[in-house]
Amino acid sequence: MGGLQIPLEHVLLIASCLFSCGLAGLMLRRNLIFMLMSLEVMLNSAALAFVAAGARWGQPDGQIIFLFILSIAAAEVAVGLGLVLQIQRRFKTLDMDQANRLRG
Amino acid sequence: MMESLFYGASAVALLATVAALTRANAAHALIYLIVSLLAVAVLFFLMGAPFAAALEIVVYAGAIMVLFVFVIMMLNLGEAGNSREREWLAPRKWIVPGILAGILLLELVLAVRHAPDNTSGVEVPPKMVGLTLFGPYVLAVEIASLLLLTGLVGAYHIGRRFIVRRDFSRPGDNS
Repeated sequence: MGGLQIPLEHVLLIASCLFSCGLAGLMLRRNLIFMLMSLEVMLNSAALAFVAAGARWGQPDGQIIFLFILSIAAAEVAVGLGLVLQIQRRFKTLDMDQANRLRG
Repeated sequence: MMESLFYGASAVALLATVAALTRANAAHALIYLIVSLLAVAVLFFLMGAPFAAALEIVVYAGAIMVLFVFVIMMLNLGEAGNSREREWLAPRKWIVPGILAGILLLELVLAVRHAPDNTSGVEVPPKMVGLTLFGPYVLAVEIASLLLLTGLVGAYHIGRRFIVRRDFSRPGDNS
């Protein structure tokens, strides 16, 4: 099965909506786990825009950038969830407003 | 027919994302996020990127979300966490982030409005992706592997003291 002929505008619109949802979630939530989830949504929307651009010109470059975004997301989540565990252990809460002392 | 499939999947992705980011319970939010990622995988497949769709399911909806599930189960926030989250989700706290994100969305929409082209409708097969990945992009692959190694070492270093449960309240204990 080949790809579909979709207006690029619509795909970019969907990616923009997803990105805005992630940004609003990142600003709104105070729980660190939800902030990490919002970051995932934002990275995913950027990946969607890249794959759409790759599909527009029928070139593999978009999917390759998607692969790099995927590895960045994996590394970010691993480190971020390690920080979640440490913050929960030290402050007994995941409220980011409590973890504002910036010391080891 | 296939176009309606595309728009249906994008509606599912948007609704599931909004639902995920407004839940009070972290585990429920995670399920919605997985639905959203699967819908985006459908979008990838319909746009002619089957390799990206498979990786989205395997790595994003599989591996990364399993990490989230593991941490949420390990923390075991419970009902107290839920009520606190609901308190933080009061509607008046939505207003400023909502307006800011809405402004950004408006600007993005205005910026992409003049993209008159269609997607090509050509499927980019995994073989082509692999050949390009290890051809012109081989340096970026090396850099990505360095990044993953750094993430591995960093996550191990940060999470290690949580696991062994040592008393590190003493100052100067950096081991």
